[in-house]
Amino acid sequence: MAPYSHPYIPNSLPEIDEMMREIGIKTIDELYIDVPDIYRLKKTLNLPESHSELEVKQHVEKLLSKNKTCKDISVFLGAGCWPHYVPAVVKAIIQRGELLTSYTPYQPEISQGMLQILFEYQSMICELTEMEVANCSMYDWASALGEAARMAVRVTHRNKILIPKIIHPDRKAILRTYTEPVGITIQEVNYETGTGQIDLQDLRAKISEKAAAVYIENPSYLGFIETNMEEIEKEAHEKGALFIVGVDPTSLGVLKPPGEYGADIVVGEGQPLGNPMNYGGPLLGIFACRGDLHLIRQLPGRVIGMTTTVDGSQKAFCMALQTREQHIRREKATSNICSNESLCAVAAAVYLALLGPEGFRELSEIIMLRANYAIQLLSEIEGLHVPVFDSIHFKEFTVNFDSVNLTVNKVHRRLLEHGIHGGKDISKEFPELGETALYCITEVHSKEEIDRLATILEKIVREK
Amino acid sequence: MTRRFKQASWNEPVVFELGNAKRRGFTFPKVDGEIYRKVGEVNQLLPAKIRRKNLPRLPRLSEVEVVRHYTRLSQMNYGVDLGFYPLGSCTMKYNPKLNETLAEHPGITMLHPNQDEETVQGILEILYTLERWLAEITGTHEVCLQPAAGAHGEFLGALIMRAYHQLNGDGEKRSELIVPDSAHGTNPASGTMAGFKIVVIPSDNEGCVDLNALKEAVSERTAGFMLTNPNTLGIFEKNIKEIADTVHSAGGILYYDGANLNPILGKVRPGDMGFDIVHINIHKTFGTPHGGGGPGAGPVGVSKQLAKFLPVPRVVFDGKRYRLDYNRPHSIGKIQCFYGNVAVLLKAYAYILSLGAKGLEKTAEISVLNANYLMKKLRNITGLSLPYDENKPRKHECVFSVEKLEKQTGISALHVAKRLLDYGFHAPTIYFPLIVKEALMIEPTESFEKETLDEFAEILKEIVKEAYENPEKLRNAPKNTAVPRVDEVKASHPRTMMLSWKMYKRKNGETRNNY
Ligand SMILES: Cc1ncc(COP(=O)(O)O)c(C=O)c1O
Repeated sequence: MAPYSHPYIPNSLPEIDEMMREIGIKTIDELYIDVPDIYRLKKTLNLPESHSELEVKQHVEKLLSKNKTCKDISVFLGAGCWPHYVPAVVKAIIQRGELLTSYTPYQPEISQGMLQILFEYQSMICELTEMEVANCSMYDWASALGEAARMAVRVTHRNKILIPKIIHPDRKAILRTYTEPVGITIQEVNYETGTGQIDLQDLRAKISEKAAAVYIENPSYLGFIETNMEEIEKEAHEKGALFIVGVDPTSLGVLKPPGEYGADIVVGEGQPLGNPMNYGGPLLGIFACRGDLHLIRQLPGRVIGMTTTVDGSQKAFCMALQTREQHIRREKATSNICSNESLCAVAAAVYLALLGPEGFRELSEIIMLRANYAIQLLSEIEGLHVPVFDSIHFKEFTVNFDSVNLTVNKVHRRLLEHGIHGGKDISKEFPELGETALYCITEVHSKEEIDRLATILEKIVREK
Repeated sequence: MTRRFKQASWNEPVVFELGNAKRRGFTFPKVDGEIYRKVGEVNQLLPAKIRRKNLPRLPRLSEVEVVRHYTRLSQMNYGVDLGFYPLGSCTMKYNPKLNETLAEHPGITMLHPNQDEETVQGILEILYTLERWLAEITGTHEVCLQPAAGAHGEFLGALIMRAYHQLNGDGEKRSELIVPDSAHGTNPASGTMAGFKIVVIPSDNEGCVDLNALKEAVSERTAGFMLTNPNTLGIFEKNIKEIADTVHSAGGILYYDGANLNPILGKVRPGDMGFDIVHINIHKTFGTPHGGGGPGAGPVGVSKQLAKFLPVPRVVFDGKRYRLDYNRPHSIGKIQCFYGNVAVLLKAYAYILSLGAKGLEKTAEISVLNANYLMKKLRNITGLSLPYDENKPRKHECVFSVEKLEKQTGISALHVAKRLLDYGFHAPTIYFPLIVKEALMIEPTESFEKETLDEFAEILKEIVKEAYENPEKLRNAPKNTAVPRVDEVKASHPRTMMLSWKMYKRKNGETRNNY
């Protein structure tokens, strides 16, 4: 072994020799004696040399600086990962080494901090959604939806899930990934052409005693608000199906919480709550359900409970209902999830505690007002159809370029020349909507930024 | 010097009990008057039918109180930054601070995953290069970075097996996934998620795969076999060639659970041993923080014949530009909306760059040296035994049993674990693997120096002595942690369980009033 020392590896030569002597070996290689020689790597891995901290920093920063970020250009993308402001306090707390460098809290007595924060996260998600139970995270919205579908099948012993036709195509693909291997059928419910709202006739036609669940997103993937949640709930429950609702939590300061219109399970994406976009990950899968034991027993993932110490002297926290989980139930577990997104849940907890009820409502209001302002401005541009659906929109909306004979891609190229990144091109995802892009506005987009978008778009349309 | 430990204990209220009606922790910029003029109020935009009537019952705190509350709670938590964390199978190594700084760079935090490829060349280069490095380290052909954790990677691996057999027209028939009884719970659970029937085979008296049992278990129904090598006892499966041959000649796929990759970095590669699919726990081997349970990352590497099944998109490079390629007709589809836990992967990239090829090999060597040294130090403690061949070197971890101690004194692995906490050590993993009774699974990693290992060995000896002389002390442990022994039974009993503040309020007879 080379007398090589690296700052991350404390043991150095004198101790290493001592330790080898204690074990009774002359070379470290003797510890690999049971590795068949045919498999021993006879070369040095074809990887870079070791680098000093300064070199690593300079190298990585140079690569990252090649990217054009929301700081360099105006970005109007959403669609499952959204630009929101992350308060300084959130960053400071999640960098506390005691939290950052801990494992899953298997030993509750020495992990009360993480356990209490995760309990508070669960509780605040319950307040936003008006559900009684939430787990302490799934990988992301899509996997939470996949798990919700499987849970509904276990609860109802049926095997069909109805989903809206307007859904993020990748989320739909992941739902299939989670359900297809175990024979669950996914069926799409049509939307009303003018409004995008769920076609209740079609829902009635498709729902039957085979349906394990009806899944609806509110706001929808294309940003409009589904107003018939109560009617949909009635259809689902009349047929004995569960009602699963998918949410963008930032809407819940102004939108009716799913618990108030009869949702059994709520899933969603928690990334907007104090987590940066990070080029799409890590995300934070929200998973909540009603406080009904039949549901709770089938819940996937970890859940933290408030309890007391054995001597009854004080409150304490620990993981609850572990007998559902893979480390105990193995192939019969409710899910295979082990490592989850706890630190993102910590960020969400700190974020929600900072905002408080009024701050949270303000967040929803600012987003909705600014997005609707953008809708108004863009819709005044001659030839643009904004939004495609005649419904109320929350933070995302569609812009259609068919009447001006421009492709989304062409508009996008032109915008980029002006330092603007336009909305997501959905013309291939929903060909029936023509040349349409999905735009997103949040609290980070100032009025000036929105005004500039409108000005440049108008110029592009005029000059085409 | 003996260290003394006393964890902070703030008796910190639940956040809902703090604060005051008028306090604010955060303010937003004002909405411009012209916006109101143009769109009106939110209440006018939203019909009552779908409008929220009551504010969510979040706490009302000032920024100062939020900082204090969560800082206090952080002090009631134990991490690798504080001390020894020999949690077997979890590879609790140092998490470099530099990497945290890098992950705060706006060049990653402020990048949207749907941005034009032109604007994200830097991050694509990092992802592409990391894939190549991980392929080199694992001896696989192509790597997909998308899975969010090890278990997510296992699920993907099982789906790839399924897709492979389906393409061969064997999908229906090959319905069984074999796992050893020493496997981690996620292995069988992931298999079930992918629709397989799980077949469990016993370990032999050396703690390794029982070759005869494996030979009996394989058939034309076999989809594959999941294994970690070194296994969960820290023992290298020396018959790996026979194992691979058995699985392959039955037409099955050999899957590598990468939780134990750390001790073999640069020494032996899963791909070379015949594994067809490999997952990597980035948050174990590549030094990214566990964050109290996640986020991690669980990339999956595959052999050449399986590469076509990987999820889309693939990051490709034409010599000039990096691109995302969605055109993979045999792909299993998608398991993650975007490209994986990129912020975590970035830290792994920096970790590999810092250590380099030699440093990774050194990492493996010292992690194995530390485990064997500690094993040697602990072996002569009465009451502890080392199941399976005592003279065989272990790799990253060693698994002791306190069965004898338990029989003689009533002190179990749980008690020993709790007492260790009193000394400012995290406990080893206990009661896993299932094939060892009263197991203490100890993984020191390369991140701790001889002094710490010696101290741990001394304390463990002390604790065992205590078990014989003064067992009550152990039964009442821990005393020096934020709280004494927690009532976990109460936490899970339907009547007493409190899974949220809302549930607590309801069970205490409080009804909701307007907020
Ligand atoms: C042996 C083994 N396999 C698989 C896993 C699952 O990995 P993850 O927690 O990243 O999902 C673990 C994690 O503890 C493990 O120890």
